[in-house]
Amino acid sequence: MINLTINDQQIEVKEGTTVLAAARQLKINIPTLCNHDDLCVAGNCRVCLVEQKGARTLIASCATPVFEGMEIHTNTLKVRNARKHVVELLLSEHRSDCTKCYKNQNCELQALANEFAFGDHILLSLVEGKSYDIDRSSPAFVKDDSKCIRCQRCVRTCFELQSVSAIAVANKGAHQKISSFHDKPMSHVVCTNCGQCVIRCPTGALVEKTCIDQVWDAIYDTDKHVVVQTAPAVRVALGEDLGYDPGERVTGKMVNALRQLGFDSVLDTDFSADLTIMEEGTELLGRLKKALVDGDHKISLPMFTSCSPGWIKFIEHKYPEFLPNLSTCKSPQQMFGALAKTYFASKRNIDPSKIVSVSIMPCTAKKFEADRPEMRASGFKDVDYVLTTRELAIMIKQAGIDFRNLKPANYDSIMGVSTGAAVIFGATGGVMEAALRTAYEIVTGRDVPFGNLNITPVRGMDGVKEATLKIEGCIDAWKFLEGIELKVAIAHGLVNANKIMRMVREGKAPYHFVEIMACPGGCIGGGGQPIPTNMEIRKKRIKAIYAEDENMAFRKSHENPEIISIYKEFLDEPNSHKSHELLHTHYVERDNY
Amino acid sequence: MENTGLNKVDLIFEKINNSEVLTKAFSMTREKIIQEMLDSGLKGRGGAGFPTGLKWKYTAAEKSDEKYVVCNADEGEPGTFKDREILERVSNKVHGGMAIAGKAIGAKKGIVYLRGEYRYLLPKLMTELDSFHKMIKEIGYDFNIEYCMGSGAYICGEESALFESIEGKRGEPRNKPPYPTASGVFHKPTSINNVETLVTAMMIMKHGSKDFTQYGTSDSRGSKVFSVSGDTPTPGIFELELGMTVQQFVNEFGDGDTKAVQVGGASGFCVPRKKFMETIIGFEGVPTGGSMKLFNSSRSMYNVLHNYLEFFTEESCGQCTPCRVGCQQLLLGVEMVKKSEVKSTYLNELIKLADTMKIAAKCGLGQSVGNAFKSIVGNFREEIIY
Amino acid sequence: MPILQGIVHKHNYLTDEVMVEVARELDISAAEVYGTASFYTFLDTQVKGKYVIRVCKTITCSMKGKSDIIQTLEEMLKIKVGETTADNQFSLLETNCIGWCHKAPAILINEMPYTELTIEKVTEIIKDYMQK
Repeated sequence: MINLTINDQQIEVKEGTTVLAAARQLKINIPTLCNHDDLCVAGNCRVCLVEQKGARTLIASCATPVFEGMEIHTNTLKVRNARKHVVELLLSEHRSDCTKCYKNQNCELQALANEFAFGDHILLSLVEGKSYDIDRSSPAFVKDDSKCIRCQRCVRTCFELQSVSAIAVANKGAHQKISSFHDKPMSHVVCTNCGQCVIRCPTGALVEKTCIDQVWDAIYDTDKHVVVQTAPAVRVALGEDLGYDPGERVTGKMVNALRQLGFDSVLDTDFSADLTIMEEGTELLGRLKKALVDGDHKISLPMFTSCSPGWIKFIEHKYPEFLPNLSTCKSPQQMFGALAKTYFASKRNIDPSKIVSVSIMPCTAKKFEADRPEMRASGFKDVDYVLTTRELAIMIKQAGIDFRNLKPANYDSIMGVSTGAAVIFGATGGVMEAALRTAYEIVTGRDVPFGNLNITPVRGMDGVKEATLKIEGCIDAWKFLEGIELKVAIAHGLVNANKIMRMVREGKAPYHFVEIMACPGGCIGGGGQPIPTNMEIRKKRIKAIYAEDENMAFRKSHENPEIISIYKEFLDEPNSHKSHELLHTHYVERDNY
Repeated sequence: MENTGLNKVDLIFEKINNSEVLTKAFSMTREKIIQEMLDSGLKGRGGAGFPTGLKWKYTAAEKSDEKYVVCNADEGEPGTFKDREILERVSNKVHGGMAIAGKAIGAKKGIVYLRGEYRYLLPKLMTELDSFHKMIKEIGYDFNIEYCMGSGAYICGEESALFESIEGKRGEPRNKPPYPTASGVFHKPTSINNVETLVTAMMIMKHGSKDFTQYGTSDSRGSKVFSVSGDTPTPGIFELELGMTVQQFVNEFGDGDTKAVQVGGASGFCVPRKKFMETIIGFEGVPTGGSMKLFNSSRSMYNVLHNYLEFFTEESCGQCTPCRVGCQQLLLGVEMVKKSEVKSTYLNELIKLADTMKIAAKCGLGQSVGNAFKSIVGNFREEIIY
Repeated sequence: MPILQGIVHKHNYLTDEVMVEVARELDISAAEVYGTASFYTFLDTQVKGKYVIRVCKTITCSMKGKSDIIQTLEEMLKIKVGETTADNQFSLLETNCIGWCHKAPAILINEMPYTELTIEKVTEIIKDYMQK
């Protein structure tokens, strides 16, 4: 243990603790910028400088480990002057158009300017009159170099958390910038659109591509019937942008707000999540039968889930040889989209060409997914607009809705009823758990052998989780699975997806079924969720997801009455010809740069 | 040079029997070698001036299976060209110095980081390295040296940036602590020394530390190789005793009209004529890695400052805010003052900025920009404004 | 880095294809390879000619006539600083101190330094290269 003083207060900390961490234990606030709890130390921005007795220069508190007898002062004249200069320097290379900027009031640079640099700025602007490039090539997000302050959080995120490294630091000196491979547009490179960089960018340099105005236009157009679907992860995080603490469930209020915004039908992505389980569960059992009974060696196992578009783009770029392993099921968003302009339109007697299909997602990659050319099974663009959780919060504020005092409301039908199995899609391990709850019962006629259907081994924040489920007491039709130990794995964060793919490539992956989510924590940690994000917030959101699950009337996908009826009336059975037309898809090989 | 009070020394380029010196050194214990270096008072000859004996002592004390000796041959400081000459003429003395350092700290491997601009030297150096390895083997000592090339980046002369470059990455300085003696190249304990320092170490082994201390002053022991250029009738490489005044230097090398001397290159100090007498060239006055530039009255100090600031703006690695943006601010600032687009009092704000850069930047580059800036603006303010 | 240096030594610059190939071999991303290459002045990612001329522009060379040298080269090669001749033979660039201040002005052509240049001298040198 090391003893040191900060601002004349004594503290004892473990060896290796940084000055910043020690100060936080004493509740002393040192401003930071490039520092982020999810990422490795950088020590670049120099905002966190403090004075250390005996040192020639100021030290970066985020990057300096403590030593015995260290004396630190965080607010001396030297420190204050240096801080003001650093913030002014950052502002001088930043194109400030705060009143027009998407991150206005939610920008860390603004906050620093407000604390340390209000009043006349002495230094000259380095960006005034200069031309600048804004990369709008990706459908998911916008990259604006003129607002970048080179904190490198995005680079570290893309490398450490996602192992994609679509962006890196390029050039040096005054020309230093964050760049893709040879400055190519982001839509041309290996970027998966996961948006993890967007939720960690402190300024407006990386923001999602918004379509708020287009959605308002559709809502105002009396000729159009605007359908909205909401993802499971949205309902446990939307509150954070509307004044709630992380981990509050606001489902009912969200539905009410959507209705007040003017959406004609408020429906639930969770419905199609249940549908995904039916389709994917059947697909898995089909593959297992072909592999184990028919001896078909061409069958690709392990099977991977396919609902995370960031993960899909990742495997398309980096491991295209394993595309056959992906489930052919579309994501719940896209299944919903295909059905909205076919099943829903015909049941409600609405002309499908007049339907505008909107989704609220915790995700930026979903914007890319909706734009994929093959997502037109309905004969129209299946999902017209994707709004992130953040964008929905903005629309609610724009409409002047008093969110806190709304009465909870229920979803419309059809395609509005769902189960606990569907809502847990939002958490890492959720898809797996939902699939097992249904598949196990199909095969054995019994509930999964876990208390209250909570399959805890697949839950939690470990990067890669493994579980084994012994299948016993099968009903006759599934006797070939008797005694099989079903091996499953769950990975979240592309760095862990990469680990699993390495194992698969080397032939060392003994799994039958693998769930992969591109974002750390699963969808609740998605690129479209409220900012900021950290481990604590993600854990709280996950807790809320499982609480929502426990409170649902139905907890297994196959029990959903709307699911039962859609098969009876429209799709016939899982993996039928109709299902394949509307609810299944194919993938594309992409270059690896 | 009797009339100017400058003492020419012939230590670095003295022809010696490398094999003899090394055999003598290898027969000593590592503690004895380190003590000799400490007694000599030798300070790093690359410009930073860290006591070599201490550096070897700290690295020796680290417990690790692998340690390295790195020779910093990334001579990039404007006006410095002495390491090139040393490598061209006496490269095996450099290699020998590395081997001695290896013995002292317990390293079996040495790496020479040679700047890309000197690549044309490589074939010759490789031949000489070959014979060096043979000689070492005959003496019976195990030490292997490899060459690693730079590719045009001044910042790679900074020790931790140099390590990053050897490891194949962008040459971006690291956070310190940990310091190179504990965690250097490949994150192993490393002693990184300048080319000239290593040769001097060889000579200290040959002549003994006592001999060395008869040159120089108590703060700046020994002699140093200077690279002289600019407005001088005698540009070139000269080995001189440390501790002379700038006046003595100008008397010897000036062209009769010297207005300023830039000691230590772009990251050094500009000494104006009125301060020649009172300024010592050495660690107690203005230290230098060897670069000495003379400017006569035909030169515009604004042009000089502008050139230096442009240099830093381009060569900064760009990581940390004070340096990346600060250099640009200083450059733009003096341009605006010159064009009268801001008041001349703006220079005072820039001086405050330079002061901040000195204590806020992540590495020596950012911390040293202020030296040239403040000394030129401070002594030649009118030339900047008008 | 040695890989990138080797490629530049042979081919004078790094093409996109070559950088992607290096990325694949080293199992890192192409953006990282580009990021490393673009840091170093001599690892060009833009097209370069067979002979890359780098003229030192730091203070002493500046004082001793670098401008005249640049203008002479621009006239002879019919390109401006930063450009490459149409026949891909010569590229003209400026660079920072190359360590020949006592024999300024100085340039590098590929790896070879040429020092104590005058308008006449540099004209001769380029003429020689043009013969090659």
